[in-house]
Amino acid sequence: MPLPWIIVFLPWAGALALAAIPGLALAARLNVLVAALSFLLCLLLFGYPHGVQGWTRVDALNVPFVTLAAFIGLTSALFSAGFVAAEGFDRLRGRAYHAAFQLFLGAQALALLSDNLGVMWVAIEIATLASVLMVAAHGTPAAIQAAWKFFILCGVGIALALFGTIVLYLAAQPVAGHGDTGLSWGALRAVAHQCDPGLLNLAFVFLLVGYGTKAGLVPLHSWLPDAEAEGPIAISAVLSGLLLNAALIAVLRAEVIVVANPGTVAADAFLLTLGLASVLLASVSLWRRRDARRFFAWSSIGHVGLAAFAFGLGGTAANAAGLLHLAGHSVVKSAIFFGVGHAVRLKGGQGIAEIGGLVASHPALGWGLAIAVAAIAGLPPFSLFASEFLLVTETTAQAWWLLPPLLIGLFTAAAAKIVTLQAMCMGAPRPDAGVPPGRAASLCALGPLWVHLLLALAIGVAMPAPLAAMLQDAARLLG
Amino acid sequence: MSFGQLPYDVAHLLGGAMLLTSFVLLYQRRVPAMVNALAAQGALLAAAAAWQGMVQAAPQLYVTALVACLAKAVAIPLALRLLIRRLDLHRTVETALGIGPSLIAGVALVALAILTVLPVTAGARAIVREDLILALSVLLLGMLMMITRRNAILQVIGLMSMENGLILAAIGAAGMPLVVELSTAALVLVAFVVAGVFVFQIRERFDSVDIGFLELHRGERR
Repeated sequence: MPLPWIIVFLPWAGALALAAIPGLALAARLNVLVAALSFLLCLLLFGYPHGVQGWTRVDALNVPFVTLAAFIGLTSALFSAGFVAAEGFDRLRGRAYHAAFQLFLGAQALALLSDNLGVMWVAIEIATLASVLMVAAHGTPAAIQAAWKFFILCGVGIALALFGTIVLYLAAQPVAGHGDTGLSWGALRAVAHQCDPGLLNLAFVFLLVGYGTKAGLVPLHSWLPDAEAEGPIAISAVLSGLLLNAALIAVLRAEVIVVANPGTVAADAFLLTLGLASVLLASVSLWRRRDARRFFAWSSIGHVGLAAFAFGLGGTAANAAGLLHLAGHSVVKSAIFFGVGHAVRLKGGQGIAEIGGLVASHPALGWGLAIAVAAIAGLPPFSLFASEFLLVTETTAQAWWLLPPLLIGLFTAAAAKIVTLQAMCMGAPRPDAGVPPGRAASLCALGPLWVHLLLALAIGVAMPAPLAAMLQDAARLLG
Repeated sequence: MSFGQLPYDVAHLLGGAMLLTSFVLLYQRRVPAMVNALAAQGALLAAAAAWQGMVQAAPQLYVTALVACLAKAVAIPLALRLLIRRLDLHRTVETALGIGPSLIAGVALVALAILTVLPVTAGARAIVREDLILALSVLLLGMLMMITRRNAILQVIGLMSMENGLILAAIGAAGMPLVVELSTAALVLVAFVVAGVFVFQIRERFDSVDIGFLELHRGERR
């Protein structure tokens, strides 16, 4: 079996095993073990020759993101192992939760690795189903409402994406011929300039709206804050860190095919508009949030929007900024959710007002969370500063008139984050109303939190040359 | 293949009949009757898939037809009927939009589908164009139904109807790879949500599956 399929099927085999294990503690350990094995396998991808293997492909665009996904999967599994006992799952829910977690990770990897757009669609659908299951895991009315909203909106979204995929095939069919090549991304990209531009336009609109729903682009974002606030906390980390990336990269793959044909509408203008709308709406909405998890979910909407804006701007430098931003956001945002998860457990509530003065009462957690929030606000020296700086420079060079709305969005959002940082981490500590997690559980949250911060710092100030070269390759792949 | 030839005419007839059932779904207010209309649409889809399998000499489409027939015409409607009996939904259903306006909106959506698809497929064969129009219309009407109904089960029916439109588009695209896999995966999606409604009402004993009830728990409780 080729390596990409092993990376997909290992978590799925793990999911089967986890579904069979009744004990929560044992399942949590096995979950970490499977995630660690997947991560090690993903590291092998860096040495794997780039190219297409049947339905999958390995290229500069997906290797870093698959590895990142596996890394965040591992740290989230570790966090989840420390905190799952406190989620209050019965045996059935515990089994479903762990199995869905690994099912999600496998589907996520497949969505990134697939070359065949049909396979990619199936993978994103499986990831949706698994994440709905995880969001609903608590079974409270609020969780079920969030899961239902998530399911209906994303169900409609992926239905539209499938229609887009079919139309894309119809456009390519006269040129690419029958059979699997008609849905292969590589083949479609090569023949796109001969395809009917009208059908390509139609396909792109459906693919953008379909996968854009999953990426949380405004105005298709409304499921995201609920889903991230109501599910188990480890899920917020993987939703923000992985799902949004995979969906946005799916949109990008569609965009690359469409812009390869000169007769089509300006697909990047759509991406740019949706991205800017997301940045602006999120920057305003952040000020009205009282719930910490919803606050950071809204920040995810803004950051994905920023990446979409970068890809819409186009050009190698802007694309590289977008990819760097996606990766940096995943690393830092999952770190934040680990910290917030720990704080919520300590304080017994997830309101921003309930979490206060963490630095004074719990220094390791408080400083970690404070630095992570500062990083997500785009302060140097973390990687988000680097990508935002690059993006602003590119915007100035390519379309200076987009600079005012972009900067307003960036600064409004950053200010909201700094205010929240002060509310949560500084000032007089609030009483610990919750059940304090044990020493091992605290380590499971603080370890991943600080490791993620170090990683974001490393990407920001000292990115290894091979990784930087790969990022440039990926940016060129996006045109 | 064009107007007046049997392969085209039958495919057109089956697709048109599916669109007609979409309109039935749109104006029908009694829930059991809607489930019947949905089953009829599933059966028509199965027939259309089988017909395309014969015309295109593509045996894998028979599998799609069989799956559609078993799941959409029999199994899921039976499950929905069971659910309706258990939830006592044999009464008139409220729609957010009246029958008249929703039918007008439906006709407008079909016109939109025609106006969108015809110009962009000027180079394609007639059967592809018509098939795409019918499929897009069924898709849009399913979406309209999901928007105008407030009841969870009816939203499921709308999603299923949308998905029927998708499969109609897929089987009409000659030589489309992975049709069986994609249609099965789309079916899993619907089966999952039906199962979800089942599980939640049994486990959580919701008094109502009206999503208005769920709205109470939305957003930040202030």
